[in-house]
Amino acid sequence: MADGRGTIRRRAGLRLWLAGGWLALLALAAILAPWIAPADPLAQDLLGGRLPPIWVRGADPQYLLGTDSLGRDVLSRILWGARIALIVAALAGTATALIGATLGLLAGFLRGWVDLLISRLIDIWMAFPPVLFSILLIAVTGPGLGPIILAIVVIDWTRFARVVRAEAMAQGAMDYVASARVAGRGRIGTMLREILPNVVPTIVVLLTLEMGISVIVEAILSFVNLSISTDQPTWGGMIAEGRTSIHQAWWVLVFPLIALFLTVLSFSQLGEGLKDRFDPVLR
Amino acid sequence: MSFLTIRNLSAELKGHGVPLLRRVSLQVAAGEVRGLVGESGAGKSMIGKAILGILPRAVAITGGEILLDGVDLLQLPPAQRRRRIGASAALIPQDPLTALNPSRRIGGQITDRLVDILGWQRARAEARARELLAEVQIAEPERVLRSYPHELSGGMRQRILIASAFAAEPRLIVADEPTTALDVTVQKQILKLIQAMQARHGTALLFVTHDLGVVSKVCQKLSVLYAGMVVEDTEVRPFFAGPKHAYSAALLAATPKYTDPAASLQPVPEAVIEAVRREVADADRRAGHG
Repeated sequence: MADGRGTIRRRAGLRLWLAGGWLALLALAAILAPWIAPADPLAQDLLGGRLPPIWVRGADPQYLLGTDSLGRDVLSRILWGARIALIVAALAGTATALIGATLGLLAGFLRGWVDLLISRLIDIWMAFPPVLFSILLIAVTGPGLGPIILAIVVIDWTRFARVVRAEAMAQGAMDYVASARVAGRGRIGTMLREILPNVVPTIVVLLTLEMGISVIVEAILSFVNLSISTDQPTWGGMIAEGRTSIHQAWWVLVFPLIALFLTVLSFSQLGEGLKDRFDPVLR
Repeated sequence: MSFLTIRNLSAELKGHGVPLLRRVSLQVAAGEVRGLVGESGAGKSMIGKAILGILPRAVAITGGEILLDGVDLLQLPPAQRRRRIGASAALIPQDPLTALNPSRRIGGQITDRLVDILGWQRARAEARARELLAEVQIAEPERVLRSYPHELSGGMRQRILIASAFAAEPRLIVADEPTTALDVTVQKQILKLIQAMQARHGTALLFVTHDLGVVSKVCQKLSVLYAGMVVEDTEVRPFFAGPKHAYSAALLAATPKYTDPAASLQPVPEAVIEAVRREVADADRRAGHG
């Protein structure tokens, strides 16, 4: 028994460290981008376009990961792109969690007509195809950081609402809730003092997953040219540009793709690792 | 004058009209222990929940009154009812594993009620919690107060729940099968503890159980339920000498006896069940006409 527990904990620990490490590194890079980026991410050098990364023949040692077709430094653009990715992840993730979890908690604990209203809203909401929905939204509001975050919140709040609702319902059936009610606690008080602390772990796990999803959504919207304005480097935008020159300059596509992949993977692994940590049986 | 008086309490499943309680009447005098027995689904827990105002959403009370210290709880507005119940009644729940909030420390769970609902000073509430844990024979109360529920055993948690129920010196405690979820050796200790606490504090106790052996040890009065109807309401001593109702007698015969294992564990005979069902139907008909 003790051995089994130990292994599970150690594996969860390693996963947490790797994922957390990558995200911490990325956050650092995003914050320090203006100082550590070797070049201006927007500076074009039309004569030095499509230079390969330094370990490939014909490279310019000034450009570590090569340049794109306009001669812009790929590494610098990835570092600056991390800023947008992390800002979107943090803001959109948190806003989505707040709105979705609040509605889910209300529906799951208060039940009755509140639940009926919120549940029907979730059902209706989920009938919309999310990507079309967000494209439509941004077509109306125009591109920019705010609209992107808004689009993510509008699409994804149902994810939190559904899970938190189910969790709040399960917790609401426990005897400790009945005891609190007998002792004279009102409904809202019971919800905040008794139920909420027990759904927080679920919310945190979902939040990390949602941050990964936000990064992807931002990339998708950049890819269809609906993200932040084009004079700000984003990973999605880089992937979209790199796609057109994949045969001549694979590095323009591959490096931002790797950054995106590792980041999304790290967020989801962080969520999984935290879930194990929070599990009272394994704790 | 009884502290708790229930008169003709009826309840049904909302929207289906399925009767769950049929004109239940019972009384618990101050300081008295009444057992509430019956098969699963007879409605014994339902009565306890109705008193404490924690009936499931799907259950509606359709008639009758629940007088707590002379005031009909069912006539009070919700907030007032809650305050009244909180100040004078408490619950010892069935399952100690789910009856404590897993993400909060024990100390807060005991003192919160005293501070938030009864307006005690925090220091006084904490002193009271320590005192209570000592009273339910928990060693190292300081450490336990700082613990989370998952760090404690089932028996320990049930002791804490008992302490917590007595914390505000309620005049009535509903014990909803408080020993069912525990293993046999712990059951005995917990039962003794509840008995001792009840005697010391002079609290009225409504003891919901399916175990007649427990009733014979703990209770003075007894109500036997079948299909949400009280079929016998009596003193414990004469009941065990010879129950009046055929169903009660059959229930008693179904109780395991260590002295005579072969003769015990008899299922309730078909004929008895049919008879009691007829009785329930007759009572329904009379109530329908009257």
